[in-house]
Amino acid sequence: MSTSAVVSGARKRLVWLSVLAGIFAALIGAGTVFGWGATLAPQLALDLQGGTEIILSPLVSNGKSVTQDQLNQAVGIIRQRVNSTGVSEAQVNTNNNNIVVSIPGIPSQDTLKLIKNSAKLEFRAVLFASSGASAYVGGGINSTDPRVRASASAAATAAGGPTVPSSSAAPTDSSDTHYITESLRRKFNGIDCSTQFRTPGQIDDPTQPIVTCSEDLSTKYLLGPVSFKQTDGKTLALTGEQITNADFGNNTLSNGSTGTSWVVNLTFGGDSSNSGKTLSGKEAFAAITKRLYAIGQASQSDPRAQFAITLDGYVLSAPVAQAVITNGSAQISGNFTHDSAKALADSLKYGSLPISFEVKSQNNISATLGTSQLWAGLIAGGIGLLLVIAYSIFQYRGLASITIGSLVVAAIITYLLITLLSWRQGYRLSLAGVAGLIVSIGITADSFIVYFERVKDELRDGRSLGTAVESGWKRAIRTILVSDGISLLAAVVLYTLTVGSVRGFAYTLGLTTLVDVAVVTLFTHPMLQLFSRIEFFSSGHRWSGLDITVMKSASYAGRGEFRIAENQKAGKVAKASGEAVRRQTIAERKAAEALASVKNSGKTSEKDA
Amino acid sequence: MSKFVDFGNALYSGDRSIDFIGRRKLWYSIAAVMIALAVVLPILRGGYNFGIEFKGGSEYRISAVGNKADSLASSAVASVLPTEVTHVTHVGTDSLRIQISNNDPVVSESVRVAIAKAYGVPSSDVASSSIGADWGADVTGKALNGLIVFVLLAAILMALYFRTLKMSLAAVISLLHDLVITAGVYGALGFEVTPAAVIGFLTILGYSLYDTVVVFDKIRENTFEVEHSESSTFAERVNLAVNQTLVRSINTSVVAVLPVASILFIGTTLLGAGTLRDIALSLFVGIVVGTYSTLFIAAPVYSHLREGEKKYKAAAKRVEAARA
Repeated sequence: MSTSAVVSGARKRLVWLSVLAGIFAALIGAGTVFGWGATLAPQLALDLQGGTEIILSPLVSNGKSVTQDQLNQAVGIIRQRVNSTGVSEAQVNTNNNNIVVSIPGIPSQDTLKLIKNSAKLEFRAVLFASSGASAYVGGGINSTDPRVRASASAAATAAGGPTVPSSSAAPTDSSDTHYITESLRRKFNGIDCSTQFRTPGQIDDPTQPIVTCSEDLSTKYLLGPVSFKQTDGKTLALTGEQITNADFGNNTLSNGSTGTSWVVNLTFGGDSSNSGKTLSGKEAFAAITKRLYAIGQASQSDPRAQFAITLDGYVLSAPVAQAVITNGSAQISGNFTHDSAKALADSLKYGSLPISFEVKSQNNISATLGTSQLWAGLIAGGIGLLLVIAYSIFQYRGLASITIGSLVVAAIITYLLITLLSWRQGYRLSLAGVAGLIVSIGITADSFIVYFERVKDELRDGRSLGTAVESGWKRAIRTILVSDGISLLAAVVLYTLTVGSVRGFAYTLGLTTLVDVAVVTLFTHPMLQLFSRIEFFSSGHRWSGLDITVMKSASYAGRGEFRIAENQKAGKVAKASGEAVRRQTIAERKAAEALASVKNSGKTSEKDA
Repeated sequence: MSKFVDFGNALYSGDRSIDFIGRRKLWYSIAAVMIALAVVLPILRGGYNFGIEFKGGSEYRISAVGNKADSLASSAVASVLPTEVTHVTHVGTDSLRIQISNNDPVVSESVRVAIAKAYGVPSSDVASSSIGADWGADVTGKALNGLIVFVLLAAILMALYFRTLKMSLAAVISLLHDLVITAGVYGALGFEVTPAAVIGFLTILGYSLYDTVVVFDKIRENTFEVEHSESSTFAERVNLAVNQTLVRSINTSVVAVLPVASILFIGTTLLGAGTLRDIALSLFVGIVVGTYSTLFIAAPVYSHLREGEKKYKAAAKRVEAARA
């Protein structure tokens, strides 16, 4: 490579690096300025800013293990419960079969209890429904669900919400409007779904009607009881525990082919418990659909043709019974998308297997302790960095300027990346993460050490600085890549397989390993290429860190792969040469020739090749 | 500086050489003694000192308190849990750490409020953590899984890169040496074993193999086609490689240990026991042992494993003959 080609190549790499850093900075800048949620500093985890972290592990009643789907469901449920208490900025994430809840501040005892409770999936008959606002507004209801529109228009005819029956009589089934009392009517009309209308963790009496809202808070419902004691003495109740299976898929058309709309399938079990005193899921569902279907036949727009599926008291879905289903296999259709069908199927499946949560660890960090941990981390990092800089100046003199420059560049890129990831991926820098960053200073600096030592080795082989930088780089980058590969492998394995703060640590360690490779290729190497053109370094000034005057231990300068300074004195080789010449490898022969030519040209070296 | 460079030059040319490979019996004996101590000393001490993450319990931390009397904490705890045994540790100049064995999060909250009242600080200034007894074991169990998977994958990666299983084997042997000794130091000195210490312990994996790979890469280069060499044997080439990378090994370990030492120092003096100190402590021990083992265990073991191969034995004989 000619000198100018090397220089322009080096400049090109530096430009690439600047462009990369520039893009990161611009993204963060734009994200902050335009209010897209980016911040100029990375978001901190609770151990650095104060707050409470609760690690929950799901407990499944019958000793089964928890699937990823159920875990995701559980996260959704807990998130909704935490949000329902009015806590803002709570984070709920999964972490290897555990659920991590991060709440700023200290949660109340009620919140704690609420988080631990198991979710309850229930089926209730709809008695009345209308849009979610408190004052009933006739018409103009913006819902695409035809059933909601139907029930809303039905409600419109009954001005002032649900109608209280004029005569009071004992309800004969759970769809009976005799459940509607004046106080329930007032409660229904008074509720605004967008406000907190349920006490967090509220347990509803399964034998009483309730007033609640749909999960998306768009529709208000007056629902009948879950369980009803029939005249024959048997109890009719339908809960999530009676669902044996739920899945979703495309609908089947009348000609047997698969349609394009999404449906949710659910199956109820056939075993009745309590020696026949409670109807089985299949029987109960048959009884319910029979009743609701009759109501629907009598009046198409009657909201009571619907049954509501509730999770923790919120209505997930309220389908209309379109047939009497006696075999326990129901299909819910509607204008589902793939995602909404999956979500409902998952909820139903989840409800069939109630999960409660055990608190594995609850960690509360006061804001003062968080701040002092952050400062301790920053101070430790600063001192560590200064020590590394001091040592590299001591060891590498002039070259240390490249080390320091590289560390600074690595620090800037790491900072930008972490800020970017905390914006886009919700990454939170924890104390363990800070420790990972500090530890990585050493591993990053090692790449420079490997590189510089390689270049020195090449100089010791008698090369000029320019050549030594190029061939030293070729060897060093191999070592750097494979050793960083090991480091990255460790980080990835730890991140995927471990729990808790280990992950925060592995994350930063892996990230900085990647940054290290980028910096050493795009900064350290081109800088050294450029520096090697400077007289101060190429002349081997004694403060340059490359004082080759003391490195004149010549060896052969063959281009072959095989080029090692042998651990022997010239005399020994001479003795052995008689036999050796015949058995020399190509490389060794080249070495001998090179040695001879060096001797002939008068630059006698002290050692052989 | 110039002395160090001279030292580096001399090591590179072979003028000066430390016999890492030839004296391997000595290194093996030292390793055997160290490993024996790492197993025996913790037993003599009465087992490892596990943190509350392993035993289950609650921990409270208060900083900047005026009256630091332990009795305040004990009576505050007793007001909620009459039979509970309270352990109070003083951290730094004005901080307290209070540990109890109850780990019910709801009860823990009441205790926290009681402690805050007893020391006259707002309850938001009392940090608490309550941990189930199996949390530490959970973390460690997952960590051990990670350890095994990592060692297997790393061994495969190294075998592919170096084109020999023996390098993987030597690297893994030296890694195990590091882990056993670091664990031994923890047990022997009675340092508290916490999940953070486990993190540090896991990082040793990465560091130890990283360090070994750098030296092995030089060994691979030096021993290329050594079976055709007239002038040096396999073992000599390995030894030369270790010597040639010695300056790098020293510089690297110093550079790696400096930040860790600074975390250890700051973590201990400013924060007392905690995540930072625990990570740094196991890393500190691990890096020192890891650098040592690359030179004195990994390289000799590798040479030991390979120099007996036919082609190298034959080559070594020719070299001997040529020198005679």
